[in-house]
Amino acid sequence: MDIAFVIEKFVLVAIIFGISLLIAMYSTYAERKVAAFLQDRLGPDRAGPFGILQPLADGVKMFMKEEIIPSNASKWLFMVGPGLAMLTACIGTAVIPWGSDITIGDRVIPLQVTDINVGILYIFGVVSLGVYGVMIGGWASNNKYSLLSAIRAASQNISYEIAMGLSIIALLLVTGTMSLKEIVEQQHGWHWNVLYQPLGFLIFMVCAFAETNRAPFDLPECETELIGGYHTEYSSMKLGFYLFAEYINMFVSSAVMATLYFGGYNYPGMDWVLLHTGPVIGPLIGTVVFFIKIFAFIFFFMWVRWTIPRFRYDQLMHLGWKGLIPLAIANIIITGIVIAIIEKF
Amino acid sequence: MGTSVFYFVATLSVIFSLMVIFSKNPVHSVLYLIVTFFTFTVHYILLNAQFLAVVNFIVYMGAIMVLFLFVLMLLNLNKDNEPLKSGAVKVVGVIAGCCLVVTLVGSLKATAVSDPVILRNPNLGLLKNLGKELFGPFMLPFELSSILLLSAMVGAVLLTKKEKV
Repeated sequence: MDIAFVIEKFVLVAIIFGISLLIAMYSTYAERKVAAFLQDRLGPDRAGPFGILQPLADGVKMFMKEEIIPSNASKWLFMVGPGLAMLTACIGTAVIPWGSDITIGDRVIPLQVTDINVGILYIFGVVSLGVYGVMIGGWASNNKYSLLSAIRAASQNISYEIAMGLSIIALLLVTGTMSLKEIVEQQHGWHWNVLYQPLGFLIFMVCAFAETNRAPFDLPECETELIGGYHTEYSSMKLGFYLFAEYINMFVSSAVMATLYFGGYNYPGMDWVLLHTGPVIGPLIGTVVFFIKIFAFIFFFMWVRWTIPRFRYDQLMHLGWKGLIPLAIANIIITGIVIAIIEKF
Repeated sequence: MGTSVFYFVATLSVIFSLMVIFSKNPVHSVLYLIVTFFTFTVHYILLNAQFLAVVNFIVYMGAIMVLFLFVLMLLNLNKDNEPLKSGAVKVVGVIAGCCLVVTLVGSLKATAVSDPVILRNPNLGLLKNLGKELFGPFMLPFELSSILLLSAMVGAVLLTKKEKV
């Protein structure tokens, strides 16, 4: 392990961390603009040209507000909750391949923090850990509504994790590897997994909506029933962390969907571009394409939020257990049979 | 370096396991248990068993402990509604605990120290090797244990069903 390797990884982690925070910040702005567009309004337009400085103003507001810790709250856990939500949101980016290898001189720099051979399972583990921030925060607030919301979040998360895991199994049957890097490389040249696993992708996407607590599955934050949900008692930047973590989660799950099903950094005509732009610019163009795919997914998340009304809680459980899980199992069986037939002939 | 990391993580495991027993609030206990499981995950990684590590992470930390926490939050055990324990019960508890310690120490003293296990293949814990082992030589026990789990699941579902009149 030489020192250049450590510096390289450190720089990469810092860049990815910065980019995820920046994207999460401007997702709040984009959300309001998309909502305004869909409802035929203008949206935020006061701070700077087109309201582009609005996220900064919001951030300053969050930091300046009074910090309140309820007197009956469990003080330590009340503070741990938002921190944990942020932590689990941020560590998911470690295994995502952001682009093909860059070659400078004779040094090959992979645009991925680490390529572990259980990459998908790592993402899955981080997702399943994400519920602790909500649960701990909701319980520590010592508020009935927060507790109800925390319990809702936990049961929703567990229910949809099963269907998500089953849809991933069908994908693994096709790819035969759990390393995200290899999965992206296999999809080179229009072999995108969404073409082989359309049903699996649909199930995965619905589960991703549920796991990130986004509409139409934002039952833990259902204002009409639960005031503010699990962050009812939170103020200032602790509230900001919870809201921020949701946007980072959205970014990470968009990146995972683009990686697993939409070819990651692959795009049509990639070999030609790579040959003509050299070993540094070429991979970076792939990264740009990857980010365009991510932004498309983030836009889709927002589009759905401002189009479809929220589910009722029993409908949510019904869809998860009686709709998606049998569908995902059927998908595994069909995929298995088709692969067996193809290998036979 | 490997040994010192092991001793550091092992100390953390022991400390957090003790915290599970000694903390008075059941929710805190569960949270300490989660941290204990996390240190186990680190142990698995130190042993180069990445798959076991990540499965321990998903199943124990991500699923089972969420359910534990879920149930404890629903029960909402507070100090106020905890049943009062009389002095006699405490004395009985201490005596029972001492008996258990004596039995454990006695049985541990009787067993001989086994030789350290040396793996033939140090990469056995990696995904591909583990899968080949499980679905090759250990196919039957693996499938049987999955049927056992399935029957437990069916039983649990059956228990919650209301009887049809």
